[in-house]
Amino acid sequence: MKFSEQWLREWVSPQLSTQAIADQITMAGLEVDAVEPVAASFSGVVVAEVLTKEKHPDADKLNVCTVNDGSDAPVQVVCGAANVEVGQKIPFAQVGGVLPGDFKIKKAKLRGVESRGMICSASELGLEEEASPGILVLPESAPVGVDFREFMHLDDMTIEVDLTPNRGDCLSLKGLAREVGVLNRLMLSEPDIEPVKANIDDTFAVSVEAPEKCPRYVGRVINGVNVKAPTPLWMVERLRRSGIRSIDPVVDVTNYVMLELGQPLHAFDRNNLNGRIIVRLAQAGEQLTLLDGQQVALRPETLVIADESGPLAMAGIMGGENSGVSEATQSIFLESAFFTPLAIAGQARSYGLHTDASHRFERGVDPQLAGVAVERATRLLIDICGGEPGPVCETSSSAHLPVPGTILLRDSRLESALSKKLAVDDVTDILEGLGLDVSRQAEGWSVTAPSWRFDMAIEEDLIEEVARIHGYNNLPVRRPAARLALRSADEAKLTQAQLRRQMVARGFQEAVTYSFVAPELQAALLPDAVSPVLANPISADLSVMRASLFPGLVRAMEHNLNRQQTRVRLFETGLVFNGELDQLSQIPMMGALACGSRESEGWSGTKERIDFYDLKGDLESLLALGGNLDAWRFEPAEHPALHPGQSAEILFNGEHAGWIGTLHPQVRATLGLKVDAVLFEVRLDALSRGSIPAFEALSRYPEVRRDLAFTLKNDVPVQALLDCVRAEAGDYLKDITLFDVYAGKGVVEGHKSIALGLTWQHPSRTLNDEEINQLIDSIVTQVRVQLEAELRG
Amino acid sequence: MDHLPTLVSEARDAIQAAQDIPALEELRVRYLGKKGEVTALLKGLGKLSAEERPAAGERINQAKQTLSSEIDAKRQALDSAALNARLAAERIDVTLPGRGQSEGGLHPVTRTLERIEGLFTRIGYDVAVGPEIEDDYHNFEALNIPAHHPARGMADTFYFDATRLLRTHTSPVQVRTMKNSELPLRIVCPGRVYRSDSDLTHTPMFHQVEGLLVDEGVSFADLKGTIEDFLQAFFERDDLSVRFRPSYFPFTEPSAEVDIQCVMCSGKGCRVCSHSGWLEVMGCGMVHPEVFRHSGIDTERYTGFAFGMGAERLAMLRYGVNDLRLFFENDLRFLRQFA
Repeated sequence: MKFSEQWLREWVSPQLSTQAIADQITMAGLEVDAVEPVAASFSGVVVAEVLTKEKHPDADKLNVCTVNDGSDAPVQVVCGAANVEVGQKIPFAQVGGVLPGDFKIKKAKLRGVESRGMICSASELGLEEEASPGILVLPESAPVGVDFREFMHLDDMTIEVDLTPNRGDCLSLKGLAREVGVLNRLMLSEPDIEPVKANIDDTFAVSVEAPEKCPRYVGRVINGVNVKAPTPLWMVERLRRSGIRSIDPVVDVTNYVMLELGQPLHAFDRNNLNGRIIVRLAQAGEQLTLLDGQQVALRPETLVIADESGPLAMAGIMGGENSGVSEATQSIFLESAFFTPLAIAGQARSYGLHTDASHRFERGVDPQLAGVAVERATRLLIDICGGEPGPVCETSSSAHLPVPGTILLRDSRLESALSKKLAVDDVTDILEGLGLDVSRQAEGWSVTAPSWRFDMAIEEDLIEEVARIHGYNNLPVRRPAARLALRSADEAKLTQAQLRRQMVARGFQEAVTYSFVAPELQAALLPDAVSPVLANPISADLSVMRASLFPGLVRAMEHNLNRQQTRVRLFETGLVFNGELDQLSQIPMMGALACGSRESEGWSGTKERIDFYDLKGDLESLLALGGNLDAWRFEPAEHPALHPGQSAEILFNGEHAGWIGTLHPQVRATLGLKVDAVLFEVRLDALSRGSIPAFEALSRYPEVRRDLAFTLKNDVPVQALLDCVRAEAGDYLKDITLFDVYAGKGVVEGHKSIALGLTWQHPSRTLNDEEINQLIDSIVTQVRVQLEAELRG
Repeated sequence: MDHLPTLVSEARDAIQAAQDIPALEELRVRYLGKKGEVTALLKGLGKLSAEERPAAGERINQAKQTLSSEIDAKRQALDSAALNARLAAERIDVTLPGRGQSEGGLHPVTRTLERIEGLFTRIGYDVAVGPEIEDDYHNFEALNIPAHHPARGMADTFYFDATRLLRTHTSPVQVRTMKNSELPLRIVCPGRVYRSDSDLTHTPMFHQVEGLLVDEGVSFADLKGTIEDFLQAFFERDDLSVRFRPSYFPFTEPSAEVDIQCVMCSGKGCRVCSHSGWLEVMGCGMVHPEVFRHSGIDTERYTGFAFGMGAERLAMLRYGVNDLRLFFENDLRFLRQFA
């Protein structure tokens, strides 16, 4: 909502500067977005009268005029505007004057004729954005020689407030003035709005078939209206200062009354109406061409204003093209209605429309205002366009009009809510100043909200109003008191912060990628993934919810590779989304990606590239944090995004918990990636489940270590060997160390040699060679039987 | 006997001239060993008269001692020279960078979220989280935003179907927590939120921290105190001015926007604060009774406050980041600045 400071001051004028008013209303909850001059700065422009006009001897389109600018002698000026006429009052820029854009007016010769000044158009004075078609013609009453800025009251500011949706009552000068009034404890000086008597008997029948959506409909016929009359300059200016362009006097008046009082009005061409006005819901299949020319298919929940031929307007949103006022209009039917917020809410948006009217009706227009607004508009219209008004006809359904409830504001509740005891009189003043009907009772105030407030139904609504007007910053400050009760803490649980810091310690940067990804990217990595798809994505690139952290990490890697960052180590935590909406799981995961060299470039490091085992080591360092590494297993398994020979399913206590592997070369090619990358993702709930340390007594007896090397087929995983060895190694095996993996000379083709160091220790005695040898025999036997692996000689 | 002084002098010269420990050992044997020259003199004492013997014996012993201590001193000198030579040979350039340095770091948003969580958990708030794909009920309805409420236009919502959506704020976590917790309640809810908006100053995803405190006798003054303390602690500025501006959120009443004195220009006016000297940093208010009613909380007995803030906004102000979109590009050159 934009308004002129001068206009506001006609209603209420506190002894405050513009900025102070702006600050005051901002701090009352009507946030001022901008305070700007209503006109660009210019000087040396006065009101002048055109005395003579003759054709320029050497130019068809130019006229040579003389004007009286209040100085001693007429001034000669060459003017190019087609609409200049003798006798007009016009804004005249004198020599020495400066127009907006620092345009200096100098004496000049135009095609040989001297010109001392310039007759200005509205756009040349910065009063119109688009280039004006001709010079600005001022009213006849404009006094010659008076400074134009003074005449137009241009030393004024436009104040723009950004209103919250609960404050529809402030979408008018009247509402804003009311706020300024109560903030400064000033009375308003409202314009006198007297009923305009009917001169004729003409009425137009109205039937409201949807009174729950339109509890009040006020109409009036005005005949003999001259729609070609010009809108007075003062009104054009006020509209302009509120950001509304002048169209024609009828539209201008309806807009003016809307700005002034807050009531949206609509004018129909009486002679285009057939039979009667019907306020009803649209019927299936009905179409309407709107004022802006667009044709819409109406839906049955949309309220329309119709006549017997069909819909004329979308009620409270926009009029129709064919029923509106045109240059040919002689008789109008003025509509001033109360449409309930619920009837309009969401409707405009559903058609992609947003109008001044829908904006107001959605937020709530004062249901008592319709009649007053019609009278105000009639008076203004007749003053500008002439015409004969008929009687005001109202169709109301009291059963559907909002009934303001009575609310009790208790002293005790107000005091406890604000931690401050306010003086009874101050509170009463505030409530009354806001237009509430207040009566003081034993325990507080009994209050009836005014018809223009749609946000007052409960005690808290009143507490807010009192706090707001009293000033939030005048209220006390304290710290909440709470009991210092200890709470239990789960020692076995690792926090996300701990896990993240471990990744950081391993040289990873944390990434935050969007939770929605490009469908092609997700399909390339996870062709079988099912995840929810947005109905209204911001772009196709961000339209499907990620089913894994891989797409985001891969995209982030790409971004960095394209920027000369060759060693990328990223991790991310966040939800992944799996399944259709009805069987959706939203699972917190941690994922990581690494590519490039194993170590960052340096004087001592290797230049080797990272591989599977590097990232697995990083992951194992995370798993080790919880202290139960044994609960985790890696099993060779295939994943569409990963190299089938270099990928593993991660199991926690035997349950699927994630994946690790090298990016599949085919996927790499599809995505156009030039380097290899290794990735993992693991469920955070599993990662954060650690264990509490359990002490085991230290043995005082010596350890026995035996080293064994086995050759086994390449396709037998080491894990199987370890499992087999562990199963046979007895209760006193303390540790298995895998200290060598070898293939090549001395090992049969297609086999690998695995060297293990086994350590035994008994808690209460020394182990003897015999029992160890027995264990080793059974290990060697079982490994041979189960895995076809042989002990190396 | 008469050649003793010559012998000592020769021996001393030889000791001084010794180049290493073995040479020195050789000299010890030659002079002081069992068959050494000085030892031989001692053995020869028996040939002297009883009167001469004590004086001669003393002279020889003295010579023996002198040579012995010279040998020890020389040994020490040689040891120390050898050590010095070794140390010199083993000298390295200590200004070369160390091995295996890590370049990891937390994302600035995480850093900010952890900092906010830390400030609140330290005084007894719990951290609560919830789903990001929400339903209409938890994201709107239970927060007093019925269908067609104009406030639904305030947040452009990403929808999946008629009722399921990406949460537009972390407030649904409040609703879920209130239903399942005992009072009093103090929580902060950090997390990702989504709005269908993308330009210079908006990204379709960002992070919020929502806070909620419900107890008996909680007032607007408690809210003001909490927010003021938080902002001063977050920016580590005890004198930071904080102001509360009435505003509107359907789920709180009274509601306020919170402005701080611009941290870039200390309130003098700059580009960041649009020359107003103030920065809008968060929203807050007293929990609306309707929200309590949805969770079955007795509004006569309990009151509470809620607040919400954007983590990116706070991170930008705290670290001087001038472009919101950088947070989601994951450019290492950006991320490394927050390690």
